[in-house]
Amino acid sequence: MTYESMLAETVAFRGHKGDLGEAYYARPLGGGPWPGVVLIHHMPGWDEWIKEATRKLAHHGLATISPHLYFRDGPGSPDDVGARVRAAGGVADEQVIGDVAGCMEFLRAQPYANGKVGVIGFCSGGRHTYLAACSLPGIDAAVDCWGGNVIVDDPKQLNPKRPVAPIDLTEKMRSPLLGLFGNDDENPNRDQVNRTEAVLKKLGKNYEFHRYDGAGHAFFNASRPAYRAEQALDGWTKVFAFFHKHLATQAAARAA
Amino acid sequence: MCSYIVEKAKLLGSAKGPNGWMRIDAANVYYDHPFHAPLDHALGIDFINEAEGGRERVAVELSAQSARELVERILAALASGEVEHGKAAHHAAAAAAE
Repeated sequence: MTYESMLAETVAFRGHKGDLGEAYYARPLGGGPWPGVVLIHHMPGWDEWIKEATRKLAHHGLATISPHLYFRDGPGSPDDVGARVRAAGGVADEQVIGDVAGCMEFLRAQPYANGKVGVIGFCSGGRHTYLAACSLPGIDAAVDCWGGNVIVDDPKQLNPKRPVAPIDLTEKMRSPLLGLFGNDDENPNRDQVNRTEAVLKKLGKNYEFHRYDGAGHAFFNASRPAYRAEQALDGWTKVFAFFHKHLATQAAARAA
Repeated sequence: MCSYIVEKAKLLGSAKGPNGWMRIDAANVYYDHPFHAPLDHALGIDFINEAEGGRERVAVELSAQSARELVERILAALASGEVEHGKAAHHAAAAAAE
């Protein structure tokens, strides 16, 4: 019998402009070396499912940190803080990218780190992941789970907090990208996913997209009716295979 | 999809939360992924006091159907209530005149 163990806890990290924030961090115990992953939460905020997903990645050999992107609007429960951020129009892209960069530094500074870092995000976090892959050096693998508004068809959606459509930065994408999408999703819809893929293909980027019939938005989320067990199981399998391929370490062998 | 669309209503009233009653002067209304309700999307209403910073809230998350039903019931309650209270006010005024 194999002994399994992990540590999951709240940690402090330095984010955008050196701001001291809080994050949920889960990692396998043992010597490693372990690759790291930054998990970017969705618009509703730093909720229980996001923390479950963080632990799930750790269970598969990935030291995973999920920054509370709304920490500057605390203190308060994550849902109340999220409501304040929503009322203020959300968080600025620049700030999120700074927080992701800070978390990447946190991961690489750990004594058991193997130096490889991936990023994964869900919903608005998927969009942030796409942005990060186009903006930050040092990302070894990026996973966009149904990030909407990567393509911005209505220019009115651009504003000082979200000044650029991520698709327009694709040429700068430096990391391999995995995209998972539900064919019944309305944002991104099938056409937007196809158009995103066309740009990636045209620019010769390293990517793989998977589309799921019978699934809509957020089909990994077991706490919502959108959950689709079969598609989610396949999707998670693809996430782990992708990370283990690009963040190759002992973790891949252990988790196999 | 996560959106940032919020409708704001100016209000006069009070709401009761975990810390007791508070004055409210606004409601933020949105339709998006809920935090707690077992729904893919929910109509969220955050009752707040903007004048005091808006940091505390009394919140609800409702299904779209529930929200529409609630809108109808609010209008119905107002309509019948205003008729009744209108009558009471009329009777009081009539009694005072006799």
